[in-house]
Amino acid sequence: MLAGVAGGVAEHLGLDPFVVRLAFIVLSLAAGFGVVAYMLLWVLAPAEPIDAGVAPTSGHVPRPAARELLGGGLLVAGVLIILWFSGLWFGESIAWPVTLAAIGFAILWARGSGEEGRGRLDLASIGTPLEALLRTRESRPRLIAGALLILGGMVVFLAATTTLATAANVVLAVIVTAGGLALLAGPWLWRLASELIEERTSRIRTQARAEMAAHLHDSVLQTLALIQRSKEPREMATLARTQERDLRAWLYGRAPSVHGVRLHDAIDAMAGRLELAHQVKVEAVVVGDVELDDDLRALVAACNEAVLNAAKHAGVAEVSVYVEVEDDQVNAFVRDGGAGFDPAAVPGDRRGIADSIVQRMERHGGTVEIRSRPGAGTEVHLHLPRRGAARAGSPVAVSGASPMPVSAAVPTSAATATPAGAAAAAPAPPATPEPST
Amino acid sequence: MTVRVFIVDDHELFRSGVRSELQADLEIVGDAGTVAEAIAGIRESRPDVVLLDVHMPSGGGLAVIEAIRAELPDVRFLALSVSDAADDVIGVIRAGARGYVTKSISPEELQAAVRRIHDGDAVFSPRLAGFVLDAFATEPAQPIDPELDQLSPREREVLRYIARGYTYKEVGGELGISVKTVETHVSAVLRKLQLSSRYELSRWAADHSIV
Repeated sequence: MLAGVAGGVAEHLGLDPFVVRLAFIVLSLAAGFGVVAYMLLWVLAPAEPIDAGVAPTSGHVPRPAARELLGGGLLVAGVLIILWFSGLWFGESIAWPVTLAAIGFAILWARGSGEEGRGRLDLASIGTPLEALLRTRESRPRLIAGALLILGGMVVFLAATTTLATAANVVLAVIVTAGGLALLAGPWLWRLASELIEERTSRIRTQARAEMAAHLHDSVLQTLALIQRSKEPREMATLARTQERDLRAWLYGRAPSVHGVRLHDAIDAMAGRLELAHQVKVEAVVVGDVELDDDLRALVAACNEAVLNAAKHAGVAEVSVYVEVEDDQVNAFVRDGGAGFDPAAVPGDRRGIADSIVQRMERHGGTVEIRSRPGAGTEVHLHLPRRGAARAGSPVAVSGASPMPVSAAVPTSAATATPAGAAAAAPAPPATPEPST
Repeated sequence: MTVRVFIVDDHELFRSGVRSELQADLEIVGDAGTVAEAIAGIRESRPDVVLLDVHMPSGGGLAVIEAIRAELPDVRFLALSVSDAADDVIGVIRAGARGYVTKSISPEELQAAVRRIHDGDAVFSPRLAGFVLDAFATEPAQPIDPELDQLSPREREVLRYIARGYTYKEVGGELGISVKTVETHVSAVLRKLQLSSRYELSRWAADHSIV
């Protein structure tokens, strides 16, 4: 029942486990042979696979290295016992210290389980050589126990073989020898460790460089290649600008938000998408920032529609987007200096603005104001009261320490989306009341 | 009267591009690709307006302004950058630049901006207006100088229009004031930006000069 050895043997021999256990007990009573046999079998017998369908022998399945070590130890113990019985005994004074020291040595060198085994003596992953020895916290008790056992063995040996006075001399000699060895080998060990650390640092540096190269390759080099193939000046400008936005976000990137998408990022991403898909420059300025909720998502979608309208019908190269987050409201302005139109003259069946912008905003408690005159451009003003303001906390701009838009790099995927992807991401273009000239 | 312009940018291509764009209407008296060259060149040519790249090796535009400002107070600076980092931009403005535009600005707009700087006005691009609104969004905990540490409602209004993409003229039209008055408001904001002791602004400037 101890380690499932009896059960295992019984299965192997086709016997009832009870019989085997009984045999072990009888043997144990006979000069302890049963105990030794049990332990040897426990260590040497292969642990059976758990999924073999038999009752699991035991939760404890020793790792092979430890098993071999234990097996070896038991063999030695067996030999010693035989020697003892046959009278070829060299005396307690040596046997005990040697045993103690051997166990200590075994403990020190036995590779621990998992993490520990990996961390031990792996100087490359360690700060200084001294830390190397004491680094892994789990291994420290083991180290101390092993060292104590070895020391204990030495003390017992010395105490048994010599008088205390000579013992002191011997100890002194040992210390001197150890010191000499440390002086001889210390610098070499130290240099070895430092070299390993250096190598690790340079490896990290190389990795960082490789990452940067990969990023530049995927973004900048691709875009440059596209620009060289491009015939259209307008397309070139769009490609360059999209890449610029992407790279800038990467370089001066705001740390990605942990909790979700923030308004600033959503607006930037929208601007990047529309620039790419409609070859128009979208100058987005966002003051303050806040996490997106459903209402704000509607606001971003409505902005998207407004920019889309401007890009398609105003006949301009640039559209301005300005979004300001305040404690109790969010205002967004989408403006172009283009063709403009007469809002009063919009036919009743042209529902683009009404459906995609006005109704969307109204569903979320917001309002829309459209100002336009033929020839004087168009400005769409979206206003949204912040219902969750008290609950969701203040926008970044009002929270104190950092009044600048904090938050994050535009997700590069959004900025480098293909036109097809961008078109899919944007809601279907609405019919628009804005005349094209 | 022609405006004498000096261009500082570490990108040769950009310098020659801007030079050819502005040459028709403005007098380009020199250009430089490094901080040291710029300081020497400005000392020698005494331009009216310096177009200054924010990001350059060894100190950037900030180092140029700091070296020239006390010595030649009449030289005016217009910061020109691809940078989106608010602290860089605010840092250069606080050091004494009278405006900030992004490098994607059109040649005509750039020309107009240089003239405006030359006339002693401030040039606020929509992005800079956004930065400033953001910077002054909070009420200062301890306004040391309430006059300097916050924007008046009118100044806020003007900045909002600029951030929305309105030109100074259009802002004037919307608010029923003259372009000159708009310029006065913008210059007042610039002054506050440069002189305010607000913690956040000082911190950006400090952060920047350490770099």
